[in-house]
Amino acid sequence: MNFYYFASPATFYRLAGWLAPWFFVLAAILGIAGLYIGFFVAPIDAQQGEVYRVIFVHVPASWMSMFLYFVMACYGGASLAFNTRLAAMLARAVAPTGAMFTFVALWTGAFWGRPTWGTYWVWDARITSELVLLFLYFGFIALANAFEDPRRGDRAAALLALIGLVNLPIIYFSVLWWNTLHQGSSVSFKGTSMHVAMFRGMLLMAFAFWMYSIGTTLVRVRAIILERERRTQWVRELQFT
Amino acid sequence: MNATTLPPLAMTVTGSFSTGFAWALRRDLALSWRHPGETILVVAFFVLVSSLFPLGVGAEPQLLARIGPGVIWVCALLAAFLSLPSLFASDYADGSLEQMTLSPHPMSGWASGKIVAHWVASGLPLTMLSPLIGLQYGLSFDTLATLAAALLIGTPVLSLLGAACTALTLGARGGGMLLALLALPLFIPILVFGAGAAEAQATGLSPSPHLSILGAGLLLAGFALPSAVCAAIRIAID
Repeated sequence: MNFYYFASPATFYRLAGWLAPWFFVLAAILGIAGLYIGFFVAPIDAQQGEVYRVIFVHVPASWMSMFLYFVMACYGGASLAFNTRLAAMLARAVAPTGAMFTFVALWTGAFWGRPTWGTYWVWDARITSELVLLFLYFGFIALANAFEDPRRGDRAAALLALIGLVNLPIIYFSVLWWNTLHQGSSVSFKGTSMHVAMFRGMLLMAFAFWMYSIGTTLVRVRAIILERERRTQWVRELQFT
Repeated sequence: MNATTLPPLAMTVTGSFSTGFAWALRRDLALSWRHPGETILVVAFFVLVSSLFPLGVGAEPQLLARIGPGVIWVCALLAAFLSLPSLFASDYADGSLEQMTLSPHPMSGWASGKIVAHWVASGLPLTMLSPLIGLQYGLSFDTLATLAAALLIGTPVLSLLGAACTALTLGARGGGMLLALLALPLFIPILVFGAGAAEAQATGLSPSPHLSILGAGLLLAGFALPSAVCAAIRIAID
């Protein structure tokens, strides 16, 4: 079968409809396992007590907020380079989930910061750059919907996503470049400085969020495809079957 | 505008970057020279908003010297932001932008010329005026000089970033607010390092790391953003 078969919105619509429930099932299984480990298996932190358990939502959400922006920019770049419709629709479909995870990362960070740092918010390099990321997501969504012609919105928003890409390394390396309040990472590709159960719980939650993101993106891209292609024959036939 | 008195764009078969650049620079400078209202408004906005702060937060000299660099930077940033629509929007509305894209000269040339002209008409007056505002805030001489230097390096980056954002929003609904949502977050790093330079000088540290990072930002923006501006104009004209 030709790999590009699913590059057509009409065929991808069916594929996405078939795949999305499986990703939600995976997200639920991984999420339940991750939360179980996070709440019952992982030990209490020696310094922070029970409060540290925010980590099982906060860190995976922060990872996803950056990763989804990267995915969105890649789809945007692909749509600009190859002038494909589906890539632009996928970029649009990723954006709200990315914005949601960015918000969750900031929100859970505030609730973690209050008991441990003594403040909900500091103008720390990482927190500020994460806030900028949230505004970049909002800007992308607003710009994509600001034009009469949806293809025009696709292209402009894709270019904005590519410009905003410079923010990602700033967020990622902010804890190394600036010695401010937000602590450095406990996890790297070489290993981790945290308890194994904590690490497993965090990793499971990250995969759960990842699967959830794919599932919601597929559901959302189906809605976008239907809206864009509403005047085509295959969508009209869909209504009668 | 009176088209006959403006320099005509040389219509040779082979276009060149420098011809387009020089033409756009001369044209936009001539336009802002003949309609000085816009530049005066930008400067007036800058002075007005920066004189609101002492009235709002209280006029103790120590407090003013403390917040001065940051406030002046925010006001300069907002003034530069408010001048953005004049960069491409009016040319887009009357079709001049489309004619320019049809010229044989590469788009990067005349687009860069327009950006430089925009900076000369907005960022440069703000930079030159900033020591005066700084005196009102009671900043020391060294801090004033650092502030002006930071603005001199930082405002061209604002013009470049703003040009990309304003080109993206050409023909969009809700222009002004949308432009704010796109441009202001991208301005934040410039604000942080620009105000940081003057702040470091005021507290007795060396401002050179901040100024170096601003300079690096200017080089990176000058290298990458003109092509982004061109891509955005092509999307808008398309």
